[in-house]
Amino acid sequence: MRELKYREAIDEATRQAMAKDERVFVMGVGVSDPKGIFGTTRGAFEQFGGDRVFDTPLSEAALTGMGVGAAMRGFHPLLVHARNDFLLLTMDQIVNNAAKWRYMCGGKLKVPLTIRAIIGRGWGQAAQHSQSLQAMFAHVPGLAVIMPTTPADAKGLLMTALSSDCPVICLEHRWLYDKSGPVPEDPYYTPLGVGAVVRPGRDVTIVAMSHMVLEALQAAEILAGEGIEAEVIDPRSLRPLDSALICRSAARTGRLVIADTGWRSYGVSAEIAARAAEELWGVLKAPIRRVALPDLPTPGSSALESAYYPGPPAIVAAVKQCLEAPASAVTDPVAPSSRKEFEGPF
Amino acid sequence: MKRTAGKRTRSSKPRRRAAALKRDAGLRGLAPELLVDLYVTMRRIRRAEETIAALYPEQEIRCPTHLSLGQEAGAAGVCLALRTTDTAVSTHRCHAHYIAKGGDLRAMFAELYGRATGCCGGKGGSMHLTAPEVGMLGASAIVGGSVPLALGTALAARMAGTDEVAVAFFGDAGMEQGVTHESLALAALRRLPVLFVCENNLYATATPLRTRQAGSDMAPRAAGHWLPGVTVDGNDVVAVYRAARTAVERARRGQGPTLIEVKTYRFREHVGPNYDIDLGYRTQAELDRWMAREPVAALARRLERGGVLPSARREALDAQIEADVADAVAFAKSSPFPEPAALYADVE
Repeated sequence: MRELKYREAIDEATRQAMAKDERVFVMGVGVSDPKGIFGTTRGAFEQFGGDRVFDTPLSEAALTGMGVGAAMRGFHPLLVHARNDFLLLTMDQIVNNAAKWRYMCGGKLKVPLTIRAIIGRGWGQAAQHSQSLQAMFAHVPGLAVIMPTTPADAKGLLMTALSSDCPVICLEHRWLYDKSGPVPEDPYYTPLGVGAVVRPGRDVTIVAMSHMVLEALQAAEILAGEGIEAEVIDPRSLRPLDSALICRSAARTGRLVIADTGWRSYGVSAEIAARAAEELWGVLKAPIRRVALPDLPTPGSSALESAYYPGPPAIVAAVKQCLEAPASAVTDPVAPSSRKEFEGPF
Repeated sequence: MKRTAGKRTRSSKPRRRAAALKRDAGLRGLAPELLVDLYVTMRRIRRAEETIAALYPEQEIRCPTHLSLGQEAGAAGVCLALRTTDTAVSTHRCHAHYIAKGGDLRAMFAELYGRATGCCGGKGGSMHLTAPEVGMLGASAIVGGSVPLALGTALAARMAGTDEVAVAFFGDAGMEQGVTHESLALAALRRLPVLFVCENNLYATATPLRTRQAGSDMAPRAAGHWLPGVTVDGNDVVAVYRAARTAVERARRGQGPTLIEVKTYRFREHVGPNYDIDLGYRTQAELDRWMAREPVAALARRLERGGVLPSARREALDAQIEADVADAVAFAKSSPFPEPAALYADVE
């Protein structure tokens, strides 16, 4: 099958959704500038023009409210933010309006609105350009939250979001943008709330999201070298969450490790662990283990960054704890392979 | 008697009306039926809200209720300059806007009573009245929160190729929110067909304007965002109507948004049915001054003097409003509560 980069898959999904539905339009800071959000919106601008793909002032709150209003009137705005940290400027519009309007008016109006935002990492982007805020949004009833990992899922999930009649937050890890993978050319729709088994295994279940899926796969390779077969599950959407898939797998392997791109406390890893604990009391053979960011703002220096992000060795170590196996013989810290590849742009 | 009156109309009444209207230059050029509609709309708001206040102690209206008593002219003057297809969004204090936009009175009272027949099926309550069928798209209870929604409905109208306009109602405290300023600037930039209607009633809950803003006027804020700002006596419904009509025409012509500051005053407490002079944040003398200028009776007197609405017809209209409000209350009280299953509907 034809291969596309993640960024190209997003571009293709956007253009195909716009071609199929004239109510879809794109707005955001920088969407029609020459860089077009790392190439994800420029193609739509060139194909559909400035009436349907337009740049905006740096007024994220008003912009989001404008999207909610247009959505209430039958359009489907796609708002794009170059960092998900900027979503914090728009929390009233997302949480109090987008997520609640349909419910507050008894279903008379709907808010079909998709918001894309990028998670930064590395290159010293520090505390305000690297946050992974999925837990904040996944906490809110009325929102859907997706975190596509592969180019195919980026296209399929975004197509679904853009044809949905509810607000969807799509969080994209910047380190995934140049990864390639097979992507069907025709439009297709990956359902929300359906996770994927990205590597089958019998000894332990690793649930990972976004870039952590790639790190979990690296960890699984290391573990396989030691005779441990890890099953890696990518939930793909966090709200709705495919709890059934996770619980089925963990019931079979008896062990569950969760690898989150966000902070440890009160995060998605805690929610998944809670659901598994509720369902699998007496079935799991070991305590659930979590791999997540320490409860700290992201540091700027690359030396501190290396200590901050857990990476594949931490996943390996968590699996070993579950299995009560001796620590891995790997002495060199194994960095996620993306770190060497990624040199911007930012 | 009716026949006699009819005869008189055919002979001398038009001339007398013309003479009276000439004396009241403010009414000139406005259709008598519009003027009557302005009265009826304000009176309907007034009586609906006085009825809420009277019934509130029964504790069957179990939601925070922010009354617009005293502020009826802003809602009526603006909404009667709109078509049904034009849209409005509002605030926690949204009863007047809902009624003026043409929202159903039965559905409003049923919503206040938390019933399944309410305009939001009992899920919104007093602060989120919605009637999309007449362009009332709802209200946010977060100050300033609904302002940018009007940009979106205006943008949708433009993208759909219609000449609809969108109204954002907000208060003097709404002007203190960043998102309001972002919205003013963005609407001006894109020349969106929006009316920003700032009802300046001088208080945010119990905090006076002078402790919140360095100036007392909202309209000049528009200049910094490159759109026109006008100030209007918010207790003169005809003046509000004229300002709104000018702004609506401008918006329909594609000339962009206008900020209209409606200077007015709320009679009752911030939330609830009572007067709150005892709190000490405002004086009885101030309330008395504003009540002497209350807009509903003022228009009634003016229209009677102008020969537009003789007392006999006004009384008939008033009686109909009384009947409508009583019917709405009875409808609400006799309506069923939502089924528990409704809890899970209308989300995700």
